[in-house]
Amino acid sequence: MKNYEVTFIVDPVLSGEEIKATAQAYVDHLTSEGCNIVHVDEMGLRQLAYPINKRSSGVYYCIEFESAAAGNFLDKMELALRRDERIMRFLAVTLDKYGVKYNADKRAGLIGKKKKKKKPEETENKREERAPRPQKPAPAAPVAPVAPAAPVAPPVAEEEE
Amino acid sequence: MASKDDIKFLSNPKIGQKRRKYCRFRKYGIKYIDYKDADFLTQFVNEQGKILPRRITGNSLKYQRKVATAVKRARHLAILPYVTDLLK
Repeated sequence: MKNYEVTFIVDPVLSGEEIKATAQAYVDHLTSEGCNIVHVDEMGLRQLAYPINKRSSGVYYCIEFESAAAGNFLDKMELALRRDERIMRFLAVTLDKYGVKYNADKRAGLIGKKKKKKKPEETENKREERAPRPQKPAPAAPVAPVAPAAPVAPPVAEEEE
Repeated sequence: MASKDDIKFLSNPKIGQKRRKYCRFRKYGIKYIDYKDADFLTQFVNEQGKILPRRITGNSLKYQRKVATAVKRARHLAILPYVTDLLK
C-alpha cells in the first residue's frame, strides 16, 4: 500500500461548476483504477508566483490517495492530466510515512497551530518572542517551549559575573 | 551579590557572541516538509528566491536536501517563484 498525492492547477477562467467537475473527473478516474481516495483538498483560487499560460491565478486542488496496486495507473493519470487543457500544471508525488502523518495531522488541525507558533519565532526578533512563549500552554510538545530559552541565558550570566 | 537583572550595561553584552546554529528540523522533530506551504518555505529562500545554503540556515544535510526538493516542487506549482526580486 502506497500513498500518493497529486496537486494540480485548474484554469480559473472556467466557471465554478466546470472547475469542480474537472476535479471530480480525476477523483472518479482514480476510483475506477482501484485507488482509495483519502482526501480531496480544495485549496481554492490562488495567485500564481509567475504567469502560466498568460494566467496570473489558478484554482489549486490536491488529491491524496492510496493504492495497493503497483500498476501503471499513475502513468495513465499523468497522461490524462497532460492532455487536459483545463489543467495548467500538475505534480504527482509519492508520500513517505511522514508525509502521510503530516497530512493526517493537518486535517486534524494540529499543523496549522504549530506553524503559527513557529513563524513569529523564526522570522521576527527572537529575544522578544522568547519571553511570552513559555507562558502559552503548549499542545505541541515536541516544540519544547523551555529549551530555547535555557541555552541562551546561562552564558550571559557567566559573562556578567 | 546583585542579581542578574540589577546589572546594567552601556552596550549590549550579547553583541560579540556567536549564536549557535542548529537544525530546526532535528530540534523540533519536523519530519516532513510540505511543498504547498509557501510561508514556511520562504524561510529557506533569499530575496531573489534562491535556496539558502546550509552555512546560513544551519540545516542538517538530510533536511537541507528535503528543503531543496520541497522548494523545487513549490516552484513547479507556482507556489514559489523561480526568479524574482524583493520576495520578502
